[in-house]
Amino acid sequence: MTQLALVIDLNVCVGCSACVTSCKEWNTSGAAGPLCDTNPYDAEPTGTFFNRVQTFEVGEYPKTETVHFPKSCLHCEDPPCVPVCPTGASYKRKEDGIVLVDYDKCIGCKYCTWACPYGAREIDEQQKVMKKCTLCVDRIYSTTLPERDRRPSCVLACPTSARLFGDVHDPDSVVSRAIRESGGYALMPEWGTQPANHYLPRRKSTITIREDQLVRADNPLKVDGKLPKPSRQEPTLDDVTSW
Amino acid sequence: MKPAFSVIFLTTLIGAGQGLFLALYTGQLYSFFDLLPAQDSRSFYAAGSILALAFLCTGLIASFFHLGHPERAWRTATQWRTSWLSREVIVLPAFMGMVFLYGTAHWFDWRTPLFELPGSRAVDATIILGALGTLLCFALFVSTAMIYACLRFLQEWHTPLTVINYILLGGSSGFVLAGAFSAVDAPQMSGFYAGWAIIITLLAFITRTASLIRNARIKPKSSMRTAIGIKHPRIVQKAQGAMGGSFNTREFFHGKSLAFMRALKPAFLVMVFFVPLALLAAAMTAPSVLLVAFIMQYIGLLAERWFFFAQANHPQNLYYQGI
Ligand code: SF4
Ligand code: SF4
Repeated sequence: MTQLALVIDLNVCVGCSACVTSCKEWNTSGAAGPLCDTNPYDAEPTGTFFNRVQTFEVGEYPKTETVHFPKSCLHCEDPPCVPVCPTGASYKRKEDGIVLVDYDKCIGCKYCTWACPYGAREIDEQQKVMKKCTLCVDRIYSTTLPERDRRPSCVLACPTSARLFGDVHDPDSVVSRAIRESGGYALMPEWGTQPANHYLPRRKSTITIREDQLVRADNPLKVDGKLPKPSRQEPTLDDVTSW
Repeated sequence: MKPAFSVIFLTTLIGAGQGLFLALYTGQLYSFFDLLPAQDSRSFYAAGSILALAFLCTGLIASFFHLGHPERAWRTATQWRTSWLSREVIVLPAFMGMVFLYGTAHWFDWRTPLFELPGSRAVDATIILGALGTLLCFALFVSTAMIYACLRFLQEWHTPLTVINYILLGGSSGFVLAGAFSAVDAPQMSGFYAGWAIIITLLAFITRTASLIRNARIKPKSSMRTAIGIKHPRIVQKAQGAMGGSFNTREFFHGKSLAFMRALKPAFLVMVFFVPLALLAAAMTAPSVLLVAFIMQYIGLLAERWFFFAQANHPQNLYYQGI
């Protein structure tokens, strides 16, 4: 069984919101109609988004760390938002595990948002239907887009490649490998929703350098300057070239 | 959560309507077993059913204001296998239909005995319709309450007390209403209803207080640490991913101060329980105060329901600390 998902690397995300804008751009221009906004160019702009980047400060000054946290529907393997929907508008696809809303069936009762612990769903205040991340279902199966573009918009836009996309049930996929090798984790595991999306933790990027590594091994006398030219007979540094 | 007035009116109005129906049928059963004098079919049971239907209809109409697409409301009946909301949508009209039939049967006095119980008690159509109505009435109470109680993330709601409270508060309101109705219509019944109303209101007071105590001691299962998966005791939100707010900042916060919440709690306890109880006691001698009791309690119930919604703290709020 396939379960498509995103893996988001918090160690790499710089909080530029490129994924937010490209998500909005793609999903507001699709066949499903716009993601409506109110006051987009005014004070207090507000609107419908599938994906938002939040920022948290961890720790106490001066020992703080800024964490940028992209947040969208996690396409839970056991999605609590689906069974509560009275109309069947919310559903999880068997073939690839994407959780979707049928905008033509949704009555806008908002019950599903109460049942999602992550606040991943937002109502479109003008169309009065529930909206959420579709994993760009209209991109990834597109037959007209070039092959390399058949990935979610946010993944393509991310300048630091903090977003990976793939099948988390395939142990050899890039996402499964990232989860396995970089300690990928799920959000709010206490609710048993089994989010398909995973996050990679912040990691300390340090390397250990020993003192002797800072000293040129071929300059034991620590004399700076050009090395004396070896004579033609002498073996050369790489044993191949000679002067 | 942000309390939606459509849902507050829906739950309180149908609660009163359901309670009134239960009260009417209880009265009929008492007279069936010769414990109370029989009432007039048309002017008491049928008129009472009309009153109950009026409450149920108003509640139903209020619920439509909650929907973004009321014209698609018929679709809500399709997912009864998994969704309590869908079940409520089915049971509410079924119950209303049964109250209608019950009222009709009384109006046209369909009292031909269908069969006899031992002790030569003749069972007629109204008794059977009333029993079916009672079943549907409890099914409706359970469906309505389970809409909230089944959401495990909303720990304030996820308790059997939610279901018990919906039943008892609806019952209390309905029996007070039945008392007020009989004070006008059949004064010899008002003492009976006021007595039952006192018992149900006291029970409701116990269970509602129990849920308040429980909710005051809830330990949230989720924390900032599990929400973003960073193991540090101090995490402060700096940006919420929106400038002018979002659906998430509007739907899940009631926007009132802690002081307001603190003041509202004793206020609704007084209005829903103490004032009606005092008036119900007074009604034993002066039944006309029952109408006042019902109105006061109904206002209190609106506050109680508002508090019920506002008190629930959704785990998604962890992502919106800036509110
Ligand atoms: S993140 Fe929320 S909306 Fe998305 S599948 Fe999980 S419960 Fe449903
Ligand atoms: S808002 Fe739409 S998708 Fe959500 S529960 Fe209601 S009908 Fe289903």
